[in-house]
Amino acid sequence: MSRTRWIATSVLIAVFVLALFASAFAPAPYAKQFRNDTDHPPSRQFPLGTDELGRDRLSRLLYGMRISLLLAPAAALISTALAALIGGAGAYIGGTWDRATSMLIDLFLSLPWLFLLLTLRALLPLDIPAVTSVVVTFALLGILGWAASARIVAASVRSIRTSEFLLQARAAGCKPFRLLLRHVLPNVKPILLAQFWISVPLFILTEANLGMLGLGVTEPLPSWGNLLRELENYTALRHSPWLWVPLLSLVMVVSLFQFALEAEERA
Amino acid sequence: MRTLRIIGRHLLIILITALVGGLLGATLVRLAPGFGIQESDLNAQLSTEARRALHQDDAGERNVISYYGHYLGSLIHGDLGYSRSMERPVSELFRDRLPETVESVAIGVAGGWLLGLALAIPASWKRAPVYSAGATLISGVVLCIPSAVLALIFLVVGSPGKLAIALVVFPKVFRFSRNLLVKTYTMPHVLTARARGLSSARIFGWHVLPNIAAPMLALAGVTVSIAFAAAIPVEVVCDSPGLGQLAWKAALSRDVPLLVNLTLVIAIVTVAANSFSELLSPAATRDVI
Repeated sequence: MSRTRWIATSVLIAVFVLALFASAFAPAPYAKQFRNDTDHPPSRQFPLGTDELGRDRLSRLLYGMRISLLLAPAAALISTALAALIGGAGAYIGGTWDRATSMLIDLFLSLPWLFLLLTLRALLPLDIPAVTSVVVTFALLGILGWAASARIVAASVRSIRTSEFLLQARAAGCKPFRLLLRHVLPNVKPILLAQFWISVPLFILTEANLGMLGLGVTEPLPSWGNLLRELENYTALRHSPWLWVPLLSLVMVVSLFQFALEAEERA
Repeated sequence: MRTLRIIGRHLLIILITALVGGLLGATLVRLAPGFGIQESDLNAQLSTEARRALHQDDAGERNVISYYGHYLGSLIHGDLGYSRSMERPVSELFRDRLPETVESVAIGVAGGWLLGLALAIPASWKRAPVYSAGATLISGVVLCIPSAVLALIFLVVGSPGKLAIALVVFPKVFRFSRNLLVKTYTMPHVLTARARGLSSARIFGWHVLPNIAAPMLALAGVTVSIAFAAAIPVEVVCDSPGLGQLAWKAALSRDVPLLVNLTLVIAIVTVAANSFSELLSPAATRDVI
């Protein structure tokens, strides 16, 4: 493992641990309101101050990170599984199936999926519970974000399908299912893993964009998206620089993913 | 004759994609668990009869196929339907808002390409590690910021927020073109040209550019899609009256006809941009080896 990747991965693990055990590190529950301390500047009691409802910003950031960092990989898992299923299976079967799945992938890549996402997210029931909104938001991200990965997986499976070792295995009488399990899947695994890790920061950023539009995770649950909404009050940003902290933490985490991935690519 | 056949094939692809895309959009909208739920449901001032009457308007839109068939029939006559939330015909809304989005997307794509190439060409040409690392760092940081926040930052510093679309497009152009350029500069015919003492400009114009033209044109189509997607948060944050803001407003007010039309129009534009760049690719590519 290269030094850059090692450092990036270590810091990422530390951030994951911090987010996972948010309840232990956070000074207060994320929804608790300190009504006498609304819009409080940073202090010993509230290291990042409080919001307009008197909720501790640091606690909300830690819990928000937990939601994004746990559910973005879940969404990435859905999209990678769909990419493997649609792109991989189509390319493995070949012929008409391959052409049909290629057309489907091209169609999905051409479609303005952010528009579809916006539509679907907005058509959820108005009284949807906050926890359901989190799960549905990330599930939609996973369901709609598979096409780019599917194209790469399909290209990889196509090259394996026509490779020498697979032809030899087929000539030796290996059954199609065994070929898939023993020869194709192990060779596609690194591609699938790379696609999974590439999708995670992408989904974190998409949720952040949705959250800023008011279509992400609903209150009172915090997420990076709805924490960034405070930036919309940009006149306050001049006097309250600590409002930038959620953005800085988001940039840091997404950058760490990039460093880890780039180092992997170089390796 | 062959060119006409290729153009015809692309036009057919655009038509099929748009139709299937629109149908998919309509279907997904109906599969959503909240379809049929309106803001009026939360309005305690409305009577049960009034709410029932409002819901009867949705009844005709329940069946996807019949709704879409009716929609296509109207579309042939130039009728895109009526927006409930905006209380105006959809075609009128499009006419008013399309120029704003086209301008933002054009500025975004052009700016993104200029910035991306301005950093990528010297990064691969001069091979200066500090310059290359600096350019990679800038693109990496921009890539980590949500487009809505980029627009906000532009507003904070008093610049037009629509320039944020250029920053969304730029990292994709920079990374793709830099990798492509670095790869092309190591190709045997380029090394031979270098060994013969040809000038850097001549090597770039005659031996590198023709090799990268086709993939770069393919990227051009993709950047149009990226710019359209970025236009939604940017227009919302900057309060620009474009199609992105319209989509957001339609989504918040559950305006089905408007959303289906928007999805369809943006799908047509992005597929057309991809097809156009694909059509140009063979003409731009020159066999240099």
